[in-house]
Amino acid sequence: MSRASLFVPLVAFVVLVGLLYAGFSLEDPHRLPSALVGRAFPAFALADLNAPDTVVTQSIFEGQVTLVNVWATWCPTCKAEHAELARIHDEEGMRIIGINYKDDPAAARRWLARYGDPYERHVIDADGLLGVDLGVYGAPESFLVDQHGVIVHKRVGDVNRRVWEAEFVPLVAQLRDALASKAR
Amino acid sequence: MIERSVAAFLFVLCTSVWGQGAIDAYEFESEDQSKRYSALIDEFRCPKCLNTNLSGSDAPIAADLRRVVYTLVIEGKRDDEIRTFLQDRYGDFVLYDPPMRVDTIALWAIPASLALLAIIVIVMLARRRRVAVASLDADAQARLAVLLSERDPP
Repeated sequence: MSRASLFVPLVAFVVLVGLLYAGFSLEDPHRLPSALVGRAFPAFALADLNAPDTVVTQSIFEGQVTLVNVWATWCPTCKAEHAELARIHDEEGMRIIGINYKDDPAAARRWLARYGDPYERHVIDADGLLGVDLGVYGAPESFLVDQHGVIVHKRVGDVNRRVWEAEFVPLVAQLRDALASKAR
Repeated sequence: MIERSVAAFLFVLCTSVWGQGAIDAYEFESEDQSKRYSALIDEFRCPKCLNTNLSGSDAPIAADLRRVVYTLVIEGKRDDEIRTFLQDRYGDFVLYDPPMRVDTIALWAIPASLALLAIIVIVMLARRRRVAVASLDADAQARLAVLLSERDPP
C-alpha cells in the first residue's frame, strides 16, 4: 500500500462533508416546486368580498396581466407585504386580485378599511378549496397570471421589493410587451 | 376560589388531546372506503411539514387535504385518481414514493453505481492479494514451507 492511499478515507470524508453542506444550503426545503406554472388558472366561481351577491369566475383574467394574491387577516406576513402590494399597484399599475383565504369576510373588510385596498377585487375562498386547486399550503402566496389565464409564476411567502424586482418584473415586462404588440 | 379555577384550568389542560395527529369524525359508506381513506392519508406527505404524512399532521392544510381525500373517496374516485389529483396540485412533494423520470433518475442511479463501485473495489483487492501469494518464486516457496513446518504443532 502506497503512502498516498492512506489519505483516501480523509479525502472521501471531506468530499462527503462538502456534499452534505451544499445539500443543506442549496435551497429552502420548505419550498415546493410549483406544479401549476404553465397551466391554466383553475376554474372557480366564488363570491366577491365587497359584493357577496356577485359571482366571480376565472374569466376575469382574460385580456389583462394579473397578480393574484392569496391572503388572510390571520396571516402576519400578509400584513408585512401589504405596503409593497400597494406600491406595485400605485406605481406600476399592476392589477391585483385578492383571494381571501379561509378568513372571516367581515374581519377581512375591516382589515382592508384599516390598511387600504390596492386590490381590484377579492373573492372569498372560505373553505380553502380554491386554495387546494392552486396548491396553496400557506398564505401569502402570489401568482402571476397572463392575459389568457395561464399561471406564469408562483411565489410562496411575501412579495417584497427584492422578490418583486427579481422574480416578477422581467416576466411582467415580457407579458405586457406581448400584449402591446398584439394590440398594435 | 381562584385556586379552584386554576385547578379546573389545569384539569382541562391535562385532559385535552393535542399533538397526536388528528382524529376526524368522517363517516363512510363501507369498510373498504374507510380503509382506503386511512391508507391514503398515511401515504401522502403534508405540504407544510417536511416529514409528516397527512394523518400525522396538525397543520390546517393537512386537515383540508384530509377532507379533500375523504370527499374524493366518497365520490368513488380510485386511489390512482386521488394520487393524480394531489400530485397535479402539490407536485411530487406530496408523494413519499417518487416517480422514476429523467429528472429523478439520479435517486436510483447513484446508489446503484456506488454499489457497483464497491463490488469492483472488492474484486480488485481480492485479486491483488492472490497475485501477491502466487508471485513467490521457487526459493521463497521453499523457505516459506520450512518456516511453516518449524512452527509448533497446534
